[in-house]
Amino acid sequence: MKSISGLSVALAAALSFGGGNAAKGQSQPSAPHDDGQWTMPGKDYASTRFSGLTQITAGNAKRLRPMWSFSTGVLGGHEGQPLVVGNTMYVVTPYPNVVYAFDLTKEGYPLRWKYRPDVNGAAIGIACCDVVNRGAFYANGRLFYNLLDGHTVALDAATGKEIWKTKVADLNRGETTPMAPLVVKDRVIVGTSGGEFGVRGWVKGLDVRTGNLVWTGYSTGPDAEVLAKPGTFKPYYEKGTDLAQNSWPGDTWKNGGAPVWGWMSYDAELDLIYYGTGNPAPWNTEQRPGENRWATSVMARRPQDGALRWAYQFTPADNWDFDSTQEMILTDLTVKGKPRKALVHFDKNGFVYTMDRATGELLLAEPYVQVNWARRIDLETGKPEVDSSKTTGASKGTVKDICPTLEGGKNQQPAAFSPITRLFYVSTSNMCMDYSVANVSYIAGTPYIGAATPYKAGPGGNLGAFIAYDAARGKKVWEIKEPYPVWSGALATGGGVVFYGTLDGWFKAADARSGKLLYKFKVGSGVIGNPISFKGPDGKQYIALYAGFGGDWGLLSGDVRSDDPDDIRPPASFMPDIARHTSQGGIVWVFGLGDSQ
Amino acid sequence: MVISLVLLGCSASNPKQQELRVCSDPNNLPFSNRAGEGLENHLAQLIGRELGANVKYTWWPQRRGFIRSTLAADSCDVIMGIPTGSERVLTTRPYYRSSYVFVSRKDRHLGIKSFDDPALKKLKIGVQLVGDDYNNTPPVHALSRRGIVGNLEGFSVYGDYSQANPPARIIDAVVSGAVDIAVAWGPLAGYFAKRSGAQLDVVPVSPAYDPPGLRFAFDISLGVRPGDQKLEQRLEAVLERRRSGIDSLLTGFGFPLSQSPDSGWNGRGQPAS
Repeated sequence: MKSISGLSVALAAALSFGGGNAAKGQSQPSAPHDDGQWTMPGKDYASTRFSGLTQITAGNAKRLRPMWSFSTGVLGGHEGQPLVVGNTMYVVTPYPNVVYAFDLTKEGYPLRWKYRPDVNGAAIGIACCDVVNRGAFYANGRLFYNLLDGHTVALDAATGKEIWKTKVADLNRGETTPMAPLVVKDRVIVGTSGGEFGVRGWVKGLDVRTGNLVWTGYSTGPDAEVLAKPGTFKPYYEKGTDLAQNSWPGDTWKNGGAPVWGWMSYDAELDLIYYGTGNPAPWNTEQRPGENRWATSVMARRPQDGALRWAYQFTPADNWDFDSTQEMILTDLTVKGKPRKALVHFDKNGFVYTMDRATGELLLAEPYVQVNWARRIDLETGKPEVDSSKTTGASKGTVKDICPTLEGGKNQQPAAFSPITRLFYVSTSNMCMDYSVANVSYIAGTPYIGAATPYKAGPGGNLGAFIAYDAARGKKVWEIKEPYPVWSGALATGGGVVFYGTLDGWFKAADARSGKLLYKFKVGSGVIGNPISFKGPDGKQYIALYAGFGGDWGLLSGDVRSDDPDDIRPPASFMPDIARHTSQGGIVWVFGLGDSQ
Repeated sequence: MVISLVLLGCSASNPKQQELRVCSDPNNLPFSNRAGEGLENHLAQLIGRELGANVKYTWWPQRRGFIRSTLAADSCDVIMGIPTGSERVLTTRPYYRSSYVFVSRKDRHLGIKSFDDPALKKLKIGVQLVGDDYNNTPPVHALSRRGIVGNLEGFSVYGDYSQANPPARIIDAVVSGAVDIAVAWGPLAGYFAKRSGAQLDVVPVSPAYDPPGLRFAFDISLGVRPGDQKLEQRLEAVLERRRSGIDSLLTGFGFPLSQSPDSGWNGRGQPAS
């Protein structure tokens, strides 16, 4: 925080990409023009999740009410978000990955079409953490999304007719594809999950017209396969060749994990895509001495050919399953008196990183939740100062009170950025864990002694919080404490209202400046999806979100699963009563002001 | 609350015929496969005959979610092999005990018996990998604790499920010479060593216990739903009654058996006090 002298009139990079045309340099920030659509997962290429719509305000949000709802007929966890393009809303369900297209011009939003793909059920046993899908991407009359079983499909957005379907991932090798694609010009860019199965993480660039594979960029291995080309690859900190190979012992990079299952951003001016990689695997830290690049890293690639421009590793030699697949939010900030094209990233490891997205230079890194695995991040070297008493491994025995947990300060749930308040809105977990040797485990006919990592509440006793964060000053501005980890994404709007959902099934609206709760409604199941805002054909502003408990929490939450009487694990001891508040079931909700606005 | 042996009812041709509903991996020899060639398939047949029940399988890859999708979902009633004291199941008394073993080609004359053998620092060693979140097989930890990390070749226990018996690739690698030696779970090594074209040495690892917290021998039981004592007792009675038949089955499959009683461990995976 010491290094920030001021903040420019922060025009989100979104505004320059998203078709908006905000008045630059005006002294009083106001909501930028917004066409009322939501065509890609993060609202815009900058992943701001900011809608410029202004009808719903801190003054009238208390008059919000549910306007419409629809059961998806699917019980799995509903991550991701609907899209609204023109007068149609698109919804992708978890496995079996059905797509619904709703006609917003008619009362009750009847279906225009439904697409029911053929998805290999074997994927269920391979996806690590429930059978989620993180949504579709709309571009040029087509809807692109991934099936859990490793296929990317392109549909005609008007008819639901399949245009192409490409196998990108191999289930038999533990690869699944729950993430949302990113479409840039003539490329559809997708990545793989499967860190738990020892995959070698990759992203692939497909031809947008045919679905044919154009390039594959691996997270680990020799430069040629990581697409770190001489002359193009200019990392800010690490120098040398084959950085993603020689930071691993022997051939361990060959199944080194570093999967790609989160969100992607794009800067049109720099012509770079940004995404994070997951934890190194399947070896434990002590078996892979070295920094294990580019696991737990941010990658900046050219979309056309996948060439790596720079990369930076948040958690070298990861000890704690600190995936870095969380979104990269692109905003322009003034840091140390210099205007910067910034990238802001809230990592699972509990630090929020502000970087120069052109060069990969680290500008600022501060904790946004309780953190003790590292004392600080050294801005000169870009490396964390690790507290060795919090490192884990077979030789370490029990390690007490590690913060945050394997679930992270936050996990997949994407944050939002408002160019009006210049604040980031972040759903967080407030938890610490112990590490200890566990009871015998058994997989594929092989016994072993696993580890147990019981979770407990962090300071204050609440398991989660929805926070407003000033990434320029490294400071939390306000927070709404929540009894459970907050697993939904955030939405910021031009009307000065922010939205999120909770694991115990509340949809909530809060004042973007003060954090004052303005409205809440019980949506029938826990929320792990991301709210969006759109303007209906009637000219009114609406908020849409999924209810549908699941994801990693679905596996941890005892008898929430109604179809599983004997259950999967004992009810999570850190939230023993979650089943009193929610059960499974996917519902799409739309909220609005009705005639009262 | 759970009816373990389901009466097929009046419509069945033989109203007295019962079912033994077995949760099983369709592609994981030497334990089980869809063709019924695994030790656990044979054991299920043996128990079924003894109980006068038809064996009916629910097939599911034995991966994360196996118990959730099979035993806990009530689509079957017994898991034919699972470490004694495993969570989320009620286990019978063990019917065998095996350990991790060193596997190498006889013609290499390596003679390695212990993790402390200095030759291990120079050999290419195949090991079984489980995944992240701190989990791996005990030999991997034993080797890394001795600084033996750079010369390991990892074989995911999941493997490529499109191939037959995916965990067996580690033994193939010993046969082909892709690795000099492997440390693998005994039953896997013993079974494939017996059927391999090459002559293989299969030697239990030592030390048997590597403090703090590592052991290499595990007791294996049948597993039923917690609360299903009735079935557990019926199964234990069969295990008792057919002890010698089961022993010859184990020997026939080449499972290297460790001596009981266990050396300082109780069924909960913790050192006995």
